[in-house]
Amino acid sequence: MRILGLLLGLLLAMPAFAVNPSERLADPALEARARTLSQELRCLVCQSESIDDSNAELAHDLRVLVRERLTAGDTDQQVLDYLHARYGDYVLLNPPVERATLLLWFGPGVVLVLVLAGLAVVARRRRPAVPSPLNKDERARLDALLRDGR
Amino acid sequence: MSPPETLASEEAGAVQAGPAPDAADHDGRRRLIFALLPAAGFLLLVAFFATTLVKEEFFGHNPAELPSAMIDKPAPEFALPALVDDRPGLATADLRGAPHLVNFYASWCVPCRQDHAMLNGFALSGQIPIEGIAYKDTPAASKRFLGEFGDPYERVGVDADGRTAIDFGLYGVPETYLVDAAGQIRYRWVGPLTPEGLEHEILPRLAALQSK
Repeated sequence: MRILGLLLGLLLAMPAFAVNPSERLADPALEARARTLSQELRCLVCQSESIDDSNAELAHDLRVLVRERLTAGDTDQQVLDYLHARYGDYVLLNPPVERATLLLWFGPGVVLVLVLAGLAVVARRRRPAVPSPLNKDERARLDALLRDGR
Repeated sequence: MSPPETLASEEAGAVQAGPAPDAADHDGRRRLIFALLPAAGFLLLVAFFATTLVKEEFFGHNPAELPSAMIDKPAPEFALPALVDDRPGLATADLRGAPHLVNFYASWCVPCRQDHAMLNGFALSGQIPIEGIAYKDTPAASKRFLGEFGDPYERVGVDADGRTAIDFGLYGVPETYLVDAAGQIRYRWVGPLTPEGLEHEILPRLAALQSK
């Protein structure tokens, strides 16, 4: 019974968000768009969080700004462009692929390929060398040795 | 490296004609290089972290500092009400005609006190007008701050909701922007201004702007 209660409690537990009730829009569709956008925007103060997660004052201001622009009729892309123009790639948690972000996007993949290649080389080296079969002369000598040794 | 490999290569060597002595030497050197590879990688990491730490500790470099996306773009359109009675507020048009510094401050911002001490001294030199923007603060607190820590500003605008700051791409106070005579943002200094920052970053850029 206690375990059941615990499980039910876990079901009820929701992840914590920083969005204040006062920030929410009355229109659920707009609010949903605002939430999705907020999760793609990086908080510039606590740089490992989105503005949706962050309690920083600036994150609050940006959440309100996103909602204002959506209410004013901006598309999602227009809102992202608005902030990108002011804060650059750093404000996007999903930055565009361009020269400055190539390392960011493909660096991990390149490292993975290099490591796999290195492992393959090492594995190949480790395989014990197979001795080449004896040629006719060697076979004759071996036979002779075996015969004499007996 | 590991015992099985040693055994295998010795066996192979015994069955085959037997490796020449310098071949075995070459093999040993290669094994040594492989054994030192992880240590070399570790040293590389240490060097990387040490550089960042030393830069932060001794050269005031902040690894979390972001480049401004507003460099070489026109300063945003704004018109802020005046904070103090004896001087007007601040608007985009006020920045045209000559280079200006635009400094964001707040009374609740502790590093701003240090920043202000630098700005007060620099303002005395009269090399460039410094404009102030009181970021997200009550006018009373902003005024009290100027009374307490000095007032280096030619004009002071009130940015109560912080929207003008967002248009500048600000992400913390204090921040100082160098705006050229055409109203374009040329440089941003994040955090309290230091003597080194003034000497090596702001003044050379200002000299370049004024020589044009």
